[in-house]
Amino acid sequence: MSLISTLARLEAVSTGRAQPAATVRHRHLAGRPLVFVPLTTAGEAGAPLGALVGTDRDAPRLLVVPQPRDRDLRFQFLAELADVVLPYVDSYAEAVEAAERNETDPETGKRVKVEVELCADAPQLIVPSRAGIDFVRLLGRSMRFRRTAEQDPEAPHPAPPRVPLLGRWLTHFGERARVPGSALLLAATELLSRHWATGQSTLEDQHLGALLAWIDPPAGMTGAEAAHAAELARDAKGQLLHPPAGPATDPAFDNKLLAPALERYDRARTALAAAEDGLEADERLGELTAAERAIRDLVESRTRPTWDAVWRGLDLLRELPEGARVEERWTRDRWSFTSHRDRITAGEPPQPRRDDAVTAANKLATREREQARLEAQEALDDPLVMAGRRLSGEAFAGEVTDVVMTYSEGKRPSPRPLVTLRTDDRPHLGERVKVYRSLGGKPQSAEFVGHDGDGVVLRILDKMGRGKEPEPGSVPEKGDRLCFTLFEHEQRGGAKLPDPENTPWTHGGPPGEAPHEAADPLTAEDVL
Amino acid sequence: MTTVSELFDPGAVAAAATDAILGSTLHGDARGVVVDSPPGAGKSTLVVRAALELADAGRPLMVVAQTNAQVDDLVLRLAEKNPELPVGRLHSSDADAYDKALDELPNVRKSAKAAELAGLPITISTAAKWAHVKVDEPWEHAIVDEAYQMRSDSLLAVAGLFRRALFVGDPGQLDPFAIVGSEQWAGLSYDPSASAVTTLLAHNPELPQHRLPVSWRLPASAAPLVSAAFYPYTPFRSGTDHGDRALSFAIPSDGSGPDRVIDEAAESGWGLLELPARHTPRTDPEAVRAVATVVRRLLDRGGAATSERSPDPSPLTADRVAVGTAHRDQAAAIRAALADLGVTDVTVDTANRLQGREYDVTVVLHPLSGRPDATAFHLETGRLCVLASRHRHACIVVCRAGVGDLLDDYPSTEPVQLGTVVKFPDGWEANHAVLAHLAEHRVVWQP
Repeated sequence: MSLISTLARLEAVSTGRAQPAATVRHRHLAGRPLVFVPLTTAGEAGAPLGALVGTDRDAPRLLVVPQPRDRDLRFQFLAELADVVLPYVDSYAEAVEAAERNETDPETGKRVKVEVELCADAPQLIVPSRAGIDFVRLLGRSMRFRRTAEQDPEAPHPAPPRVPLLGRWLTHFGERARVPGSALLLAATELLSRHWATGQSTLEDQHLGALLAWIDPPAGMTGAEAAHAAELARDAKGQLLHPPAGPATDPAFDNKLLAPALERYDRARTALAAAEDGLEADERLGELTAAERAIRDLVESRTRPTWDAVWRGLDLLRELPEGARVEERWTRDRWSFTSHRDRITAGEPPQPRRDDAVTAANKLATREREQARLEAQEALDDPLVMAGRRLSGEAFAGEVTDVVMTYSEGKRPSPRPLVTLRTDDRPHLGERVKVYRSLGGKPQSAEFVGHDGDGVVLRILDKMGRGKEPEPGSVPEKGDRLCFTLFEHEQRGGAKLPDPENTPWTHGGPPGEAPHEAADPLTAEDVL
Repeated sequence: MTTVSELFDPGAVAAAATDAILGSTLHGDARGVVVDSPPGAGKSTLVVRAALELADAGRPLMVVAQTNAQVDDLVLRLAEKNPELPVGRLHSSDADAYDKALDELPNVRKSAKAAELAGLPITISTAAKWAHVKVDEPWEHAIVDEAYQMRSDSLLAVAGLFRRALFVGDPGQLDPFAIVGSEQWAGLSYDPSASAVTTLLAHNPELPQHRLPVSWRLPASAAPLVSAAFYPYTPFRSGTDHGDRALSFAIPSDGSGPDRVIDEAAESGWGLLELPARHTPRTDPEAVRAVATVVRRLLDRGGAATSERSPDPSPLTADRVAVGTAHRDQAAAIRAALADLGVTDVTVDTANRLQGREYDVTVVLHPLSGRPDATAFHLETGRLCVLASRHRHACIVVCRAGVGDLLDDYPSTEPVQLGTVVKFPDGWEANHAVLAHLAEHRVVWQP
C-alpha cells in the first residue's frame, strides 16, 4: 500500500468517513449499464441459485433456479439470462463508425492501413464484487462448449439455443476484465474502493455494504459504526439485515430459510409426479407453484438490497467528473467488443479452454502495457493520484526559477535549455535520469543534470521544433509551475511474436490442430 | 589436519566441468545445453570462452543478454580476449544506447539495424532488442546469458532466430516477474511469466544440463552457507580456502557497534548488526543510519584486502563496497544518509540491480528488518540469495531483532498451483538457515 493511501485510510479512521482517493472518475461508466447480481448455491461451484439482472434500476428481472442441482432448471435459468443479456449486447453491435487499423498485408508483408468498423459504443456489465467477476467467468466457462440439440442431436443434455453464445460473451467479458483499466465488466466494490479510501482493510472493502457505509454513512453514524452494522447486524430470526453481495450466500440463510424452502419444493414436485388424477394434480401443482413462489421471494429478498446498493454506488461515482484519458481507454474496450463481435459473426469456434503459448504471451504483454498505461494516465488525469506518485519519489512539481539556453554540440546545434525547478518534493533522481512533463497532452522529455540548492536542474531534450530557436511555448519560463514524472507517459508497442503455427521448439513447437473442445463430462455429482 | 585443498582441487574440477560444457556445445547434437552457475562460478568467463570457440569453429553466433550493461560488459570482455575478432553490438535507437567505451574498440561494429551487422562472426544484443529482429535465415548458434532471469515470453520472441543454443544462468537468483497477475497460466508448460529455462526444460527434458561446481567469488566462509541455504540439491564449493583471503584494518575498533560488527565480519566473513526489535516504516531511519555508519567506518578505518589474486594487500576503497536493499526507496534513503556522511561513490542498489555484480564487502539491510509481516516478495529466496552472495570477503547484515519470530508467525502461504514445479528451498526455510548462521556473528547495538 502506498504512503498516500495509508494516510488517507488513517484520515478516514479519525474522521469516521471515507476519504477521496481520486478527484476524477478513472473508469468509464456507460449510460445504460447492465447490472447483474448473481447468487450461487453453497457447496457446488457454478450452480446458480438466482439473479437480478437488467438495465432499469426500478425494474430488475428476477431469475430463479428453484432446485439448483437440477440441470434442466439450470439450463432454463441460463436461457432466461441469455434472453436478457444477448439482446443488450446485440443492441451495441449494430451502430458502427468507420475506423482505420494497421494490418500486415498477407501478400507483401507490409503494414497497411485498412478501413474497418468500430462499434460506436459497447455494452458494460456491472457486478457487485470481484467474486461476481469470477462467477461471470465461471458461467462463461460452463456454457461455451455446450452443444445445442441443433448442433449435436446426440448430446445427453442439449443446451437451449442461445446458451453457448451467452457463454462465449461472458467468457469475453471475464477475460477483458483482466486487462487493467478496462471497463466492459466492472465490480462495484473495486470501482468504489478505487475512488475512496475507507478506514478498514482492503479485505473488508470487498463487502459492498460496509464499503458504502464508510463512503456515505447514514446520518448520526460514523463509517466504522455503519460498516460494523452492515457486516454483522441480524434480525430476530438471526438473518443478516444486509445480506452479502454474493454470489455466495450467508450460511444462516442457507440453513434456516433456503434449505426448508427447497425441501418443500422437492416434496411438492414429487407429490405432483405421483398425482393420480387431474383434480389431485391441479391441487398439487398449486402447492408446487406456491413453493416456487416462496423460493423466488427468498432470492429476491437477498438480491434486491445488493441491487440497490450497486445503483447507489454508481450514483456516487457519477458525481465525479470523468478523467480526461478515460475515453481513450473506453475506445480500447470498444475495439475489444468489436473484434469479438466479428469473431462470432465469422463463425469462429469458442475461446479454447487454454491459451496457446503465443496467445498467452501476447495477453501478458498487453496487460503489462495497459497496467503501465493506466498508472501513468491516472496520475496525469488526477492531481491527487499524482500527489501519491510525488510522495513516493516518482514525480515532482515546483516552480521554474531559472532558464539558461544552451545548445547541443554537433553540426546542427539544437536547443537544450537548462531549467531550474524549485521543489519541496524528493524525487529519486540519479545521474541522467529521464523525466517527462505533459506539454499540450504530449510528453516532453528532459534529463536530470544536478541539484542546485533545493532546486533541480533539468536539460530539456525534445518537442522544441526543428530550428535553432525553440518553438514558442515549448520551453518553460521563469515562474511556470510544472510537474515532471520519472515514469513514461506513453507505452511503446511490444515486439511482434511469431504466429502460433510458428511456435519455436523451445515452447513445444506449433500447437497443431486445435482439439475439438467438448463440454465437461457428466459426473455422478452433476445431476440430481 | 588435512586441508580442503589436499582433497579437492577446485581448478581441476572447474576445468573438467567447463570442458564438458564446451564439448556438449560444440560437438553435441542436442539443440540446447543448459548450464547452472552458482554465484561467482565463472559464468561470464564461460560465456566468453564458448563464444570465442564457436566463432573459431566458424559458426555464426548471436548472444542474448538481459540488460544493456550486461551486453556492453560481454563485448568488452570478448575484445579483451581477442581484440582481432569482429563483434557486432546491436543496440536500440535511443540516445546513449551503449557504453561509450565500445567506441575505443576498432573491431566492434555498432548499429541499431541487424542488417548492418550481417555476416559478423558474433552479434550481441539484449533480449528486448533481438525481439524486434527479423531474419530469413536463423543463426547457427546462440548463447543466452542470465537465462534464469529471462522470462519465457521473451524467449518465445527470440527463439526463432537461432537453431541451437547454450543457456547459461544462476537458478538461485531472483525469478523474473510480471507486473500483472498471471495465475491464469500457472501450471502451463509455457507459462509466459515463468523463466525461460523452466519452459525450455518442460518441453525439452532430454537436453543436457551442466553445472559449474566452484564459486571463485565467495570466500570459504560463505560458500557452505550459500550452497546449503540456496542450492541444497546442487552443492558447490569455494575456489579458495580458509586463510587464502584476509581483511584487516589499520585503525583499531573504537568499541562502537559498527566497529565491532566490522571486526566480526573481517574475522569470520559474516556480521549481524542487530538493532532493538521494533516495527518501522520501510525506510527505518535508525537502520538506514546504521548502514551508513557501517559503510563510513569501513572506509575510514583503512581496510586492506589480501586475496589469492595478489600477495600484496589492496586497499578497501569505495568502489569495492556495496550496499544492498530490498526496495528502491530504502536504497534512496541510504544514499541520502551516506551523502550526509560525505560518502558518495559507494554503490547502493536493490537486489534486482545487484545481480551479477561483485564487491569485496557488502552491507545489507535485511529485507525483513522491522516488518510486521513477511510477504512473498520479502520471503523470495532469490532476493536473499543475491544479497548474501555479492562479496569476496565479508558481508555485514543490519537487521532489527525479532525476524526469527516474524518468520514463525508467517509461514509461507502462497496458494499451491497445480502443475507447477515447487521450488526448493522455499524462502521461509532459506531465511531461517541464513538467520541461524548470522546469529553466531551477532553484535547487539542500541544506536
